[in-house]
Amino acid sequence: MSDVMLRLENIDKFYGAIDVGVHAVKNVSMDVAKGDIIALLGSSGCGKTSTLRMIAGFEATSRGKIHLAGREVQNLRPVLRNVAMAFEGYSLYPTVTVRENIAFALKSTNLSAQKVAEKVKEISDMLEISDILDRSPMSISGGQQQRASLARALIREADLYLLDEPMGQLEPQLRTLLRGRIKHFIKERGQTAILVTHDQTEANALGDKIAVMENGEMQQYASPSQIKERPANLFTGTFVGEPPMNVFPATATLADDNIRLQLEGSLELNYPKSRFADEVCSKLIETKHVIIGVRPYAVKRGTNGAKATVIANQWLGDQSHIAASFANGTIVLVEHDRAAVSEGEDIVIEIDPSDLHIFDPHSGDALSHGRDLV
Amino acid sequence: MEQVSTLERILRGIAISFVIIFFMFPILWIFLMSFQTNETILQVPPQLFFEPTIVNYEGLITGQLETAAGSLKIEFMGNLFNSLFLSTAAVIVGLILGVPAAYAFARLKFKGSEDIAFTLLSFRFAPPLLVLLPLTIYFQKIGLADTYVGLIWVYQLIVLPLILWIVRGYFEDIPADIEYAYRIAGHGFWSTFRKIALPLAGPGIAAAGLLAFIFSWNNFIFALVLASADKQPVTVGALAFITASGINYGQIAAGIVLSIAPTFALAMYAQRYLVEGLSLGAVKG
Repeated sequence: MSDVMLRLENIDKFYGAIDVGVHAVKNVSMDVAKGDIIALLGSSGCGKTSTLRMIAGFEATSRGKIHLAGREVQNLRPVLRNVAMAFEGYSLYPTVTVRENIAFALKSTNLSAQKVAEKVKEISDMLEISDILDRSPMSISGGQQQRASLARALIREADLYLLDEPMGQLEPQLRTLLRGRIKHFIKERGQTAILVTHDQTEANALGDKIAVMENGEMQQYASPSQIKERPANLFTGTFVGEPPMNVFPATATLADDNIRLQLEGSLELNYPKSRFADEVCSKLIETKHVIIGVRPYAVKRGTNGAKATVIANQWLGDQSHIAASFANGTIVLVEHDRAAVSEGEDIVIEIDPSDLHIFDPHSGDALSHGRDLV
Repeated sequence: MEQVSTLERILRGIAISFVIIFFMFPILWIFLMSFQTNETILQVPPQLFFEPTIVNYEGLITGQLETAAGSLKIEFMGNLFNSLFLSTAAVIVGLILGVPAAYAFARLKFKGSEDIAFTLLSFRFAPPLLVLLPLTIYFQKIGLADTYVGLIWVYQLIVLPLILWIVRGYFEDIPADIEYAYRIAGHGFWSTFRKIALPLAGPGIAAAGLLAFIFSWNNFIFALVLASADKQPVTVGALAFITASGINYGQIAAGIVLSIAPTFALAMYAQRYLVEGLSLGAVKG
């Protein structure tokens, strides 16, 4: 417990009466280790901002407990929680300059004016807003306001930093640069942060762990690589990854020591039973109707597999994205060289069993990843 | 910038001039009348050029009303003071009560809050006569009839709903996150209200205060029934100009000029706030 900075225990949030109103956050639990950056990733309305606001104390929890720095805080007012927050809508004080906005966060501390000025300079240099410090928040761009808001949060000494979509308004180049700097800034000081984002690149780049949320529920809470390689369910599998994972319904049968995955459109994929762990084979046969998933970069063109017909081939400058009709659906392949296939051409799809993710079609839960059972 | 043709500019100019003349003419005419005697005022056709006199103003300031039937004493300056005192006090009380209430209605959504807010607004819908009779009886029983306190209290019926609804709209327009940002930086609820919400809603509060002042100033019926001669504002006091021997138009005009002067000056000074207050607050809400 000592190295846990934040612990959420079975948090529920209802807007309206408990059990009657809109159930925005459903039984969410997670531990955040001191010094970690956690990305809350999900689409709009998935409950990630509600979760963040409950941690900050702006929204009351309907059920559950929040422990922060060893204290139970769910009933404490925001001012007593010692958290800093950067708001999605920036929320700068419009009547004072950017500099005063940033320095304002230090007003309740006993720092000397010189020390405050040094800190403001350091943080504004990092976020590249030194040149607009004396301007009014109303006269600067959305991206600049966002960085000012971020500066106002990061300049404070807090137990936990809550960053709500902190880079959504920034240009791609600046975003890449600042991601690195912000991560370095937080890590160097051993600070703990929770970042809310719908941008998976941001989540992957900044997060030590990613909490994927959908429909108010925590779908998976794991490291970025685990989320990518071992998605807990169909949602996480298809939500994280660009382009998204290809998924197809399949019927698994055992034929002559081969696992046969029968796809729609009279296609099938055959693998020697030995390519899977025994438990995976038994699980597949037992479940029979499954959903198979494969990442676009793991789909190969070859000579021994199932047929597909190219619908489109796009060269993005550093990789080819090929879309092909396959098993009554569409499969997407990513190749790092310029692929010489054209629309209407038939190709043969090969999928290595080590790249297969198999899901239960009813619960959506993952059954196996590659060789191994979940 | 939109291109405007010369013809359109001219037409717009004519339309605006017409509107200005339409609204300003009565004020101008009253102003001219206040410097004339009854004889020149009642001349047919009316004269635009005349020998101005300040006798009407003299009469009002000294309290000596000269009529055809003789001299009459009036309390016009006392009335003017009453108007100023009653309106100012009513607005101050209204702001002290109304601004925190407006903040509560804007920020703290609780069961029945909309109903309470609407009930307060509905005071504006009811004709004043509806409440006057019961109020008169109660005020006489509890000793508030013919007192400044009683009048200021009754004026809240005019002032409070206005302040509440305009200022509430303003508070609602301030993103709650600005206040949260302040609170999370180590400040309490009360300090956030004073340091963030109040300054940001400042123009709205000023506009609401000004409008409430003007509405209080123009009130007639409450003071007519609930106040005796020494507590009456100018709106009621002006009745003294209608005498048995006729109506002294010159002095009425001078009385009107003096009585609209404070609100007119206030409105001119703060017209930007008034327009902003009405267009951003209550309407946008």
